[in-house]
Amino acid sequence: MQVNLTVNGKPRADDVEPRLLLVHYLREHLGLRAANIGCDTTSCGACTVLLDGQSVKSCTVLTAQAAGQEVITAEGLGDGDQLSAVQAAFRQEHGLQCGFCTPGMVMAATALLAENPHPTETQVREGLEGNFCRCTGYHNIVRAVLAASAAGKGEADQ
Amino acid sequence: MSILGTRVLRTEDPRFLTTGGVYTEDVVDERLAGACHLFFVRSPVAHARITGIDVSAALEAPGVVAVFTGDDLADLPVRKGFPMVSQEMAQHPLAIGTVRYVGEAVAVVVTEDPYQGEDATELVSVDYEPLPAVVGFPAALAGDVLLFEGAGTNVAAEFGNREAQEADLFDGCDAVVTQVVVNQRVAPAPMESRSMAAAWGEDGRLTAWIPNQGAQGTRGSLARQLGVSADLVRIITPDVGGAFGAKFGADPEQAVVAWVARELGRPARWSETRFENLIGMTHGRAQENTVTIGGKRDGTVLAYRLEILQDSGAYPRIGAVLPSLTILMAPGPYAFPRAEAWATAVVTNTTPVGAYRGAGRPEATAVLERAIDLFAAEIGMDPAEVRRKNLLPPFTEPHRTKFGALYDSGDYVTALDTALAAAGYDELRRDQAERRSRGDVLQLGIGLASYVEITGGGDESGPPNENATVEVHPDGTATILTGTSPHGQGHETAWAMLASDELGIPMDKITLKWGDTDLIPQGGGTGGSRSLQQGGAAVQQASKELIEVARERAAAELEASPADLVFDVGRSAFAVAGDPEAAVPLASLAVEERLLVRTVFSAPGATYPFGTHVAVAEVDTETGKAFLRRVVTVDDAGVVLNPLLAEGQRHGGIAQGAAQAFLEEMVYDTDGNPLTASFADYPFLSATEVPSFELADMATPTTYNPLGAKGIGEAGTIGATPAVQNAVIDAVAHLGVRHIDMPTSPQRVWTAVQAAAAPDDGDPGSSRSESA
Repeated sequence: MQVNLTVNGKPRADDVEPRLLLVHYLREHLGLRAANIGCDTTSCGACTVLLDGQSVKSCTVLTAQAAGQEVITAEGLGDGDQLSAVQAAFRQEHGLQCGFCTPGMVMAATALLAENPHPTETQVREGLEGNFCRCTGYHNIVRAVLAASAAGKGEADQ
Repeated sequence: MSILGTRVLRTEDPRFLTTGGVYTEDVVDERLAGACHLFFVRSPVAHARITGIDVSAALEAPGVVAVFTGDDLADLPVRKGFPMVSQEMAQHPLAIGTVRYVGEAVAVVVTEDPYQGEDATELVSVDYEPLPAVVGFPAALAGDVLLFEGAGTNVAAEFGNREAQEADLFDGCDAVVTQVVVNQRVAPAPMESRSMAAAWGEDGRLTAWIPNQGAQGTRGSLARQLGVSADLVRIITPDVGGAFGAKFGADPEQAVVAWVARELGRPARWSETRFENLIGMTHGRAQENTVTIGGKRDGTVLAYRLEILQDSGAYPRIGAVLPSLTILMAPGPYAFPRAEAWATAVVTNTTPVGAYRGAGRPEATAVLERAIDLFAAEIGMDPAEVRRKNLLPPFTEPHRTKFGALYDSGDYVTALDTALAAAGYDELRRDQAERRSRGDVLQLGIGLASYVEITGGGDESGPPNENATVEVHPDGTATILTGTSPHGQGHETAWAMLASDELGIPMDKITLKWGDTDLIPQGGGTGGSRSLQQGGAAVQQASKELIEVARERAAAELEASPADLVFDVGRSAFAVAGDPEAAVPLASLAVEERLLVRTVFSAPGATYPFGTHVAVAEVDTETGKAFLRRVVTVDDAGVVLNPLLAEGQRHGGIAQGAAQAFLEEMVYDTDGNPLTASFADYPFLSATEVPSFELADMATPTTYNPLGAKGIGEAGTIGATPAVQNAVIDAVAHLGVRHIDMPTSPQRVWTAVQAAAAPDDGDPGSSRSESA
């Protein structure tokens, strides 16, 4: 079936199998492989992308369901070589180790901060509950999100 | 000023944060063009004879290239365990005749694309004639049903000398406590599941991309399973999405991928689902330990006995031999005058057990730290005081234990006191006393764990060692080749720090390479917390030796004596002493002849990091729910190269340890059906279930390497697991609860509280004790 959508700012038109998952479309058709597949029960969030600004697990979205919408992946988050504020905070706070959960985690954190620019630690933890990480114990991920929040606050105050 | 010891940000991060790492599944390579995809048919029953396999319907399905069963691969060698394990307990890459656990691969479907494989796999019809399943230690030890008739037993291996046990071990003790302590089976569950890509070249050599912890070991393992010379196998290690001990070597499925690629004459790829990962990748822990501890009422422990049962799963892998490490570390940091330990490893109809972050040592610490608390409760003494009383005094000369471990250096009492002070132990105990006197629903528990562990050990082939190659290029860049294999630890950053510090070449001009066996034929990989103390030390040593090679060339160029030259790290150049103008840049010395050094660093032995963890939990006594509020740790791993990375290792380990203590368990029913084979069922730790962690610093250098570093990778699981378990039990100890097995689920805690309140009815969860 024919699907038209926008991915990281670029319009895309593709003929896809109706059952094709969005994550497979991004990875196999477009070669955007930042989003990873970590489970088969929509539990781990490694495949999280933004769909019209909302964080979604792209393993549970059909490509067809994304028709007419805008998808943002980790590849499209920064500006060229410039990391986004959330990406930069993850590096600054050592919020990643093996990196497998990272693109999904960064997208979830981006959506979380868009919704609530100044979350408490508890709100960050609750907001990221659907994104699993086996390496960091979440400690530095939480710090990174809080740091990105603080950096954003500084910008808004200026 | 040296950058060693400073918080250098990771150089590998930008790519992970933007385009993402290139994991095996992401690899795009012309050698893999036109690859077929494999999907395994797995046994849905724990123990059965295979009476027939019908692949005809699957062969007719769209996109199916081929279907293979065990008989097709009968030319491949069977996989046997370590030499000390029964050699009858061997595994075929695809089951032949008998399946022995749910998830064992029975057939493989090969298709043009992965979606087709998932469909066609369901069309393979396998007839099973069920056999009774052996699940749990009593069934395994009874031996009424054997997994391997030829072995004549379900015992895979034994360690220690049970016969030599001393009848009078506990003579002179005022109090003796015995407890069965379960160290439950857990799933390593790295975020990246297992996968592989394979292509055979026209030269008859295999190139295999496999997520692994050491390409050289993986090459040997895969070659053995294929029955080919290791020279014919090249392993390439893409980015690896976590491993935690479970990605050493090559698994049977990976031998099948290589075989299919050879058989079909085309490249092949495989990526397992999470469901497959949870039943197909090795599990961890799976011990049941009977501990007896005895001593005097003043808190002095006189004797300690540990009887270990190890569940190896259906086929003895490394899990079957891990009890040897549990025995080695049995008395931990304590000066017990008398101690003995032995172990029996059995096979059961469950997923094979392998290494999991700590691999044998967390089990030793878990049961030991429970035993200390049980003894403290028995004699009515503060558990911190009992620990302080029995810890070995500080030592700088190696200390030999009864079990043969040679602790290099340690100051265990300081670690304990530092952790207690950082946690505010006395204040916590006051808070606890107040809650107890008020009879609060939400009670406070404080759990301690003092530990010493072994990192960077050698093997039969000799003392621990690792190689490194450092090359400086004419353009001022440098390349490092390492035999270690990072998968989250940050070696790209850490190894570049070490080389940069010697060579004066900026970190961003240094490239690290690892995991390609054609490029780096030797290497021990990353595991057992060995990398920095051996691999890092090798990089530093190679860099220093390179400077000496360069010095000779610079001396020739400057027509000076090598001894008169000084290397100015700031300028990355040699100069004649007293004449800084006459300088030769290091990089220029690589123009006419390659400037590189390959070296091997050897350590005199393993190192023994140590520390103390304090966990604080609140437990709702009405629901049994435990909430982990604080974890405060002292983890002394010697001199720290990069605190950012070391803290990251501690955080991750603490979380995994805590997760085992109160959350995670791989559950089987009595028929051998796994009940937690998806992330919807397996209680994988999420961000809401742990607090931020509080880390206190302590650094006692080792003399075993010039960096003064010990291993840090596994400290977290070793310390945090019993600390958190002890905290949960401590929260309800005043209600009469002595012990709750992990995971301390609400049901277990609630049941223990109810049982303690009820009149004595022989509650199996309570410990046996005898007091004189």
